[in-house]
Amino acid sequence: MGLAPRPDATSVSFDPPSQEGWITTRLDMLVNWGRAGSLWPMPFGTACCAIEFMASAASRFDLARFGMERMSFSPRQADVLICAGRVPFKLAPVIRRIYQQMPQPKWVISMGACASSGGMFDNYAVVQGIDTIIPVDVYVPGCPPRPEGLMYGIMMLQEKVKRERMSDTTLRDEMEPDPSSNLYIRPSLIDEISEPFGNSVHQTRSGL
Amino acid sequence: MSETFAVIHAGHAAPGSSAPATQRKVAHRGGARNPSAERIAERFAHYFVRAEVIWGDTNVYLKPEGVLEVVRYLHDDAAEQYDYLVDVTAVEYRDLELPVEMVWHLRSIPYRRFVRLKSPLPKGQPLRVPSVWPVYMSADWLERECYDMFGIVFEGHPDLRRILMWEQYKEGYPLRKDFPLRGRFSRAEQLRQALTQNPEAKYSMEELSIADAFEDLPRDMRQRLAGGERTGE
Amino acid sequence: MATKRTIEVALSTTGLDAEGRPQRRPLVVDGQGQVTTLEAPPSFEPELEGEHMLLNLGPQHPATHGVLRLVLELDGETVVRCIPHIGYLHCGFEKIGEYRQYNQIIPWTDREDYLNSPGNNIAFALGAERLFGVDVTERCTVLRVIGLELSRIMSHLVWVGTTCIDIGAFTPFLWSFQERENIYNLFEGWVGARLTTSISRVGGMAADIPDGWMDGLRGFLKTFPKTIAEVDKMVTRNGIWVGRTIGLGIMSPQEAINYGLSGPMVRASGVAFDIRRDFPYLDYETYDFDVPVGTHGDVYDRFLVRMEELRQSVRILIQAAARLPDGPINVDDPRLILPPKSKATSEMESMIHHFKLVMEGPRPPVGEVYVPVESPKGEKGYYFVSDGTSKPVRWRIRPPSFVNLSAIPKMVEGHLLSDVIAINASIDIVMGEIDR
Repeated sequence: MGLAPRPDATSVSFDPPSQEGWITTRLDMLVNWGRAGSLWPMPFGTACCAIEFMASAASRFDLARFGMERMSFSPRQADVLICAGRVPFKLAPVIRRIYQQMPQPKWVISMGACASSGGMFDNYAVVQGIDTIIPVDVYVPGCPPRPEGLMYGIMMLQEKVKRERMSDTTLRDEMEPDPSSNLYIRPSLIDEISEPFGNSVHQTRSGL
Repeated sequence: MSETFAVIHAGHAAPGSSAPATQRKVAHRGGARNPSAERIAERFAHYFVRAEVIWGDTNVYLKPEGVLEVVRYLHDDAAEQYDYLVDVTAVEYRDLELPVEMVWHLRSIPYRRFVRLKSPLPKGQPLRVPSVWPVYMSADWLERECYDMFGIVFEGHPDLRRILMWEQYKEGYPLRKDFPLRGRFSRAEQLRQALTQNPEAKYSMEELSIADAFEDLPRDMRQRLAGGERTGE
Repeated sequence: MATKRTIEVALSTTGLDAEGRPQRRPLVVDGQGQVTTLEAPPSFEPELEGEHMLLNLGPQHPATHGVLRLVLELDGETVVRCIPHIGYLHCGFEKIGEYRQYNQIIPWTDREDYLNSPGNNIAFALGAERLFGVDVTERCTVLRVIGLELSRIMSHLVWVGTTCIDIGAFTPFLWSFQERENIYNLFEGWVGARLTTSISRVGGMAADIPDGWMDGLRGFLKTFPKTIAEVDKMVTRNGIWVGRTIGLGIMSPQEAINYGLSGPMVRASGVAFDIRRDFPYLDYETYDFDVPVGTHGDVYDRFLVRMEELRQSVRILIQAAARLPDGPINVDDPRLILPPKSKATSEMESMIHHFKLVMEGPRPPVGEVYVPVESPKGEKGYYFVSDGTSKPVRWRIRPPSFVNLSAIPKMVEGHLLSDVIAINASIDIVMGEIDR
């Protein structure tokens, strides 16, 4: 399908300064294989993507072959938060709280256009991408993505998990959003500056 | 075993009428009027403004203060029997001089009829209209949503608070025409406000009086609770 | 006819305790204004002193069918009061509708009741066409019936699957989703999308069915009744299922009408009201089908009503498949329908016509319509107000699940906590539609 062959994620890097020993790399491979093969999802399903997620878990596109059939609805027992569906501002503190309740190691898959970027809901109510609230590892585009698309995303996450190294301590840092960010725009400028082509914010102008 | 209910058949009050059929070639204006419009015009001439038929539906324009009486009549009277409230909503036009129109959709299951009541609420003063909750329980949430989206206060509603947005939502009433599509605050500000909310502190006063959440409350809410206040978040 | 006012629970502050917290006991005020205290259902446990507990069910919960938050006041295991909180999926649909042309709004109609996307698309198109004063062609009418009934089957299958899971039976979920995959194949062959189909346009449909599609539909209609029969055999007379669903969440017919319930909720309570029968559209009066009506108004009756609706939908589909006429699928109205691409790229008038329709959009006359449709959840209707421009002044979605859910405090009072899940499941809510 035109995809370049991805580098073999299980190959060991020969990097003398990092002093990666043979035992450490084997241990890494074992731990990562275990984690990647049994990522317990926490389905934070809100809308249509949740239905496609359920279809992925059903018989035809079986998620059990990834070790993910055990949906953990309690964040305390989950590895992957799969945010499937649009997240309005009222739900934002909830998803943040749930992400904070998940123990490390944890990953996040943002499934669908609405979770990745706000999707078709560029308005007052919807968070424009959950990566503004929680750190995301894999984005799966689609509206809704086909189950095969979600599985491709899961496989990408598995590759990412397998590439992790225990010596890399930055992986398990918990990030907070920066409260002093300089994104503040005066309300009167919002429509003009941020108006994208093709997405009308005018009720009376014709054109798209 | 629980009791068995007797089946209510739609259209049972008008047994001789013909079976309903799909409407085709519906006229823009001037179709057959709903007979209820005439009866409202007779009995409530002081509230009745006008009636018209548009695309097959009868619109009855009323003065706002008389809405509850007319609705109660339509619900209780044996010749009307509008027992089902379909919808309560409002319309604000793009010409900002025009008043905000309240719309009620009523349906009579025994007679198989549908009527639309409309009532203009002039701007420049607080938007208030009587609530039809005493007649229809379904008006509870429908009117709360209308309040949330338009800021229209329904007098007589038992628990008028926001339902779709969170209660301390400061940006305004989203469906008004002067409310921009993306909201009044910037994205960063909206996010900041969203993230500083405590998901556990989202209870109404009534719920908080029950139990454990009392400790999480700020002092002013505790005082309000002690003062007997029942709603608010 | 006056309806009996249902029982309300009132608060009474009987004084403050040492910490300034109001002491309260729930009181019950009935229709005559008599005040009694709420009694717990008879049990063999000793009377215990204690407070009522506040339990938060949701918004993230496996069994609330979306992001619904129910705040329950519990007396032990019994629900004394339930206060639902919604709005966790509010995405401003109605606001966006004022900024989009009529055909551009159709993808949003997919996403509100996402289990019944083709049904929403067709309901929207019906309303918009009434606003334009246009009647669609015969072929389009029959295809829309096919789309609506397939969509009804899709939605009821999800309902069967998820309700069974909520009550504990896992297998029907897999069976129903497998059948949904078969329907997905059909819609994918028709318009290219599985779930969010955007299948209709104002004046017609997005596309005509491809060759061989009807054979696929007939094949589905042969195998699907077997699945319904299997689910029936496994669940309907199962002692656990019956024991968990009978007698729960009873609504009398008068209460059901007064609370604005519609669809299978109101039919299970004994009101024979189906919009396909009483306010018909798309020639439904010419199809031969039954409307199932329950007489107990409990969760079990709602289940039976929906199972029977599945069988009736199959019946309608067989008739529709037999009577599909040939002919054009889009109405021949240059105000609404784009010219064929070959003409639009070669003739000047067609190019201008195409340009104006895409950039400006079709403009209906000034007016307003409300066309209700029998969606699987209940009475669904779109209320359009037009001021003559290509974008509606007001686009209102009348959400059946919203009004159905508002009756939940009435339905769960006095039941146990696990019954709350069963009753919530029986309403068949879709939060996308409730919160819009």
